Amino acid sequence: MAERCAVIGVGQTRHESKRIDVSQVGLVREAALRALEDADLTWKDIDALVIGKAPDLFEGVMMPELFLAEVLGGTGKPMLRVHTAGSVGGSTAIVAASLIEAGVHERVLTVAYEKQSESNAMWALSIRMPFQQALVAGAGGFFAPLIRSYMRRSGAPEDTGIRVALKDRINALKNPYAHLRFPNIDFDQIAESPMLWDPIRYLETCPSSDGACALVLSDQAGARRAPRPAWVHATAMRTEPTQFAGRDQVNPQAGKDCARDLYAKAGISNPRREIDCAEIYVPFSWFEPMWLENLGFAPEGEGWRMTYDGVTALDGDLPVNMSGGVLSSNPIGASGMLRFAEAANQVRGMAGEHQVDGARKALGHAYGGGSQYFSMWIVGDEPR
Amino acid sequence: MRDVAVVSFAQTPYKRRENTRSEVEMVMSVVAQAIADSGIPKREIGFTCSGSSDYIAGQAFAFVGAVDALGAWPPISESHVEMDGAWALYEAWVKIQCGMADAALAFAFGRSSMGTLPETLTMQLDPYTLAPLGVDAVGMAALQARAALDAGTVTEEAMAEVAVRSRRDAKANPEAQLKGDFEVEKLLAEPYWVSPLRKHDCPPISDGAAAVVIAADDVARRVHRNPAWIRAIDHRIEPHQPGIRNLTRSPSVTLAGQKTHADPAHLDVAELHAPFTHQELILRRALELGDGVRINPSGGALAANPMMVAGLARIGEAARQIWSGGARRALAHATQGHCLQQNLVCILEGN
Amino acid sequence: MSDAPSVKSIITPTRLEYEFRVGGAHAEFLASLAEGKLIGKRCPGCEKVYFPARASCPRCGIAMSESVEVSDRGTVTTFCIVRVPSENIDLKLPYCAANILLDGSDLPLIALLQECEAQDVCIGMRVQAVWKPKSEWGPTFENIRYFRPSGEPDVAAEMLGAWI
Ligand SMILES: [Zn+2]
Repeated sequence: MAERCAVIGVGQTRHESKRIDVSQVGLVREAALRALEDADLTWKDIDALVIGKAPDLFEGVMMPELFLAEVLGGTGKPMLRVHTAGSVGGSTAIVAASLIEAGVHERVLTVAYEKQSESNAMWALSIRMPFQQALVAGAGGFFAPLIRSYMRRSGAPEDTGIRVALKDRINALKNPYAHLRFPNIDFDQIAESPMLWDPIRYLETCPSSDGACALVLSDQAGARRAPRPAWVHATAMRTEPTQFAGRDQVNPQAGKDCARDLYAKAGISNPRREIDCAEIYVPFSWFEPMWLENLGFAPEGEGWRMTYDGVTALDGDLPVNMSGGVLSSNPIGASGMLRFAEAANQVRGMAGEHQVDGARKALGHAYGGGSQYFSMWIVGDEPR
Repeated sequence: MRDVAVVSFAQTPYKRRENTRSEVEMVMSVVAQAIADSGIPKREIGFTCSGSSDYIAGQAFAFVGAVDALGAWPPISESHVEMDGAWALYEAWVKIQCGMADAALAFAFGRSSMGTLPETLTMQLDPYTLAPLGVDAVGMAALQARAALDAGTVTEEAMAEVAVRSRRDAKANPEAQLKGDFEVEKLLAEPYWVSPLRKHDCPPISDGAAAVVIAADDVARRVHRNPAWIRAIDHRIEPHQPGIRNLTRSPSVTLAGQKTHADPAHLDVAELHAPFTHQELILRRALELGDGVRINPSGGALAANPMMVAGLARIGEAARQIWSGGARRALAHATQGHCLQQNLVCILEGN
Repeated sequence: MSDAPSVKSIITPTRLEYEFRVGGAHAEFLASLAEGKLIGKRCPGCEKVYFPARASCPRCGIAMSESVEVSDRGTVTTFCIVRVPSENIDLKLPYCAANILLDGSDLPLIALLQECEAQDVCIGMRVQAVWKPKSEWGPTFENIRYFRPSGEPDVAAEMLGAWI
């Protein structure tokens, strides 16, 4: 019943800690123009705009899409602004896809970005309600205990996180847009990097980047004309509360439900066998095995074996984070969309040096908040 | 397109300062009431979308806490827009059109009183060229009013009449904040506040929350005797820089009106989200709403202007007009940004 | 082209003031903290006790009215050793941030654990609050300076069940 939707253009910026060479305007246009060029379209071909970004306090502008719409060809068009914490880049792409699937629009441009260097994001995050408990450890201090729980539950070897980081950092060397690129990275450098929030080491964490990502989505008619569309087979979103008595924060139900819903919609019964590669949101290296289990690629407690056995390497049986992932580039508001974009480029055969041979079905994944917001999509080289 | 209708609406009483209830407490009350009034079991609400602003709340990720009011367990399909709740309803309507849900909840909340609203809204201006000038929201509206007065498309008398009518009609709205009987001559004798605006031309600052349940086809028919069918819904944005806009007009609302086939001859009521008196006059002209269309029986944003909520509340109030038999066709409008930059039009119709 | 140097960036200092006001449940919680009491709320739906007291049960989405006093002793469910400075946190490195399940509460809180070497912290460790002198108490979390090991035997991990 729903109209089919496909990605026909993908664009992203170079990601850096401070893109002082451009304004927010220049940053979003850099990504959007690349996506339009890829789609062989111009601004006037676009029916609607969907913009995503993490908190407004990160740039110090309230609802910045109001001033950005006009530089993205938005004048006289519908414009939506999505914000669902760290998953926002993924949710934004899903909202854009929904506009096509609902039959409301034929071509939608969606852009997600973050330019934290224009304000003070650490300050923005450390505003504390005077009557709340003092923060004791920063962002890593929230996730590190979850990782410790996972290590205990699974009995995973202590160097699992190092191996994930090494793989992602090697993959990033093949990605010209990646923020962090360490040419001679090796196991020992990561193992010997400072322990920040034990058990998380410095080189096992993501950077904070300025950057943007853009997608052009089209209905079936437009996609048929495009040389290499990535067909959206399914999208799903799930949310659960940050905390409640008995909540499993290590392997959250919302992620499991979201994946199950996604596979059902995509007609996938065995994700491990049917999905060719996955780009998942891993801000700390240990989240790779955690999410592999949450996504149903491995039984509970066994996700680390996939990393360990090289299954998730670029030449493995299920490559994960071919682009270098969030560990290598993290413009927060765009990070989720970059995952979705990489999945699309893989099935389009346009992932460059980090292309997985014969990738026909790929997963894009994002999460946010206290591991409570999930958004995912499956794209394929053929319509479902 | 599927037939989708508004089947319930709940809002808090709007107050200058909500001192005793947090955002979660406000949201919990309106969401519980809207779901109960809808007659749709909570587990059948297939999608939820909210609208709010971190700058209004004064902290990053403020909307995350609102999830605590939903009982999101088992996990729910949910999203959030950093926009007025009317756009959250729009996203929910899109999801229903996709077939992803048959019933959906949209809600919005804000406690503007925690900050200094006009200055907070300065942060909504282009950060390179406009925000450094420090013009606040009332100042921006005054620029627009001056342009409209100079163009002869509004008069100070007509503006005062809007204020008098809005606050008189608000007397019948138990949730309205600013209501009462005023006289045009006396209002015009008051000094200017931010010239050419007088205080009566400006909205109150309001805290509050609202929730709306929409449902498709048979679900709507099952739970409601006279659902408020969404016949069309569309939204458009204009440029941001005031220098490249004709502030006396609202081409984006005109366009949204055309896209929704808003025909004034067939409308009984219009709930317009016009925070300032002159903006109602600009909107009426842009939508060609004549005397046959009753404007803002709820009192509109001049009677209560909860940021992020007021647009969604216009859709709820228009639906109430349908349900009560006060109107057969109603137009609901929402706006955001300075000087009516972005506008949404929704046409509702009864059986 | 003009001879004026090109502008690469501008700085716009911004100051916004907010007056944060608590809701009903939190107001009660803070008032009891000033008396040295730790007040949680029991959900009428799932019957779990939430500390600190909050307005709604996030799981059930319903209001909680029954107040329950919880203990200032509890058990470490997980923890991390912080070896990096964070903004607004002025503590000697490394230090331990622990998820602590207070006796009588069903939700761990993240708190500072002191008077204990990093390598000695373990899941299941029993801890107790160290309060400021009574004369310094106010309606704030800061009445509790930190937690420290209580010396009670560790709780076996199996006893913590779903908490770890
Ligand atoms: Zn409960």
